[in-house]
Amino acid sequence: MMIFITTGTQEPFDRLLKAVVTIANRHPEVKFIVQVTETFVEVPNANIELKGFLSPTTFDHYFDNADLIIGHAGMGTIITALVKEKPLVVIPRDAKLGEHRNDHQMATAKKMSALNYVKAVYSAKALTELIDLFINENISLKSKKITSYASEALIGELKQLFS
Amino acid sequence: MKILAVASAGGHWIQLLRLKPAFQGQEVVFMSTKQQFKSMVPDSEFFLIPDFNRKDKFLILKSLFGVWKTLKQIKPDFIITTGAAPGLICIFLGRLMGSKTIWLDSIANVEKLSMSGKIAKLMANHVYTQWPDLEMGKVKYRGKVL
Repeated sequence: MMIFITTGTQEPFDRLLKAVVTIANRHPEVKFIVQVTETFVEVPNANIELKGFLSPTTFDHYFDNADLIIGHAGMGTIITALVKEKPLVVIPRDAKLGEHRNDHQMATAKKMSALNYVKAVYSAKALTELIDLFINENISLKSKKITSYASEALIGELKQLFS
Repeated sequence: MKILAVASAGGHWIQLLRLKPAFQGQEVVFMSTKQQFKSMVPDSEFFLIPDFNRKDKFLILKSLFGVWKTLKQIKPDFIITTGAAPGLICIFLGRLMGSKTIWLDSIANVEKLSMSGKIAKLMANHVYTQWPDLEMGKVKYRGKVL
């Protein structure tokens, strides 16, 4: 089993990486690939591979081959998982902990999970418990399928502006 | 019509690409903050723009001049962006050179318009939110990237 963790192109997200270290300790048979721009977390685990910024091709490769995606609550991660119908868990960055400039990821996570687009958790503990369930009991974390493009209403509106 | 579609790396760029069908029948060029993204728009010209979030003041001025020159070269009739700072700068410079400009606020902004969106409201010809309850005045809701 392989789990792909994506933290976006902005600031570090050490709370998530620490949680991944905890999860990786509990599940040595699972491989974890983590896309991360900068971090101060020590990662001693042989089953965790850290990657910097990934080209679109490499990013797609890991995304497609992963059994599960764990991400920050960035729309890039969420939309990509929805299009590819990949199981996804998001944990929003918390501005109080210095993980982002503002709390829009909290709001995004709440709204997108209320609309059943994603499964969101808000603490490292909740994430660890959920991933345990996923690995041990094979619970479904599959997101719903969306189409490849924006809504027809939005496309129509823009087309009209361009005509 | 010649359209410049511009967005920063990450969710902004992913959302911009979902607008592709709206560009059908027009000439479209893309612009983003990572050169590798060229491979995601193989049928269009691609331009690089610095990520203004992370630059010091001198570099911002230098980069602004670079973007101005690039926009002069592209001469777009329309500039459309899903954010963030680089898109806002294109809207500002685009207005100065007479392009029509469109700001589509990221779907990530579910509770209020982004800071860049609020500034875009003062400059862009058209401003859209992706959440109906944020529609107000000039800011219109006409659907989502989902």
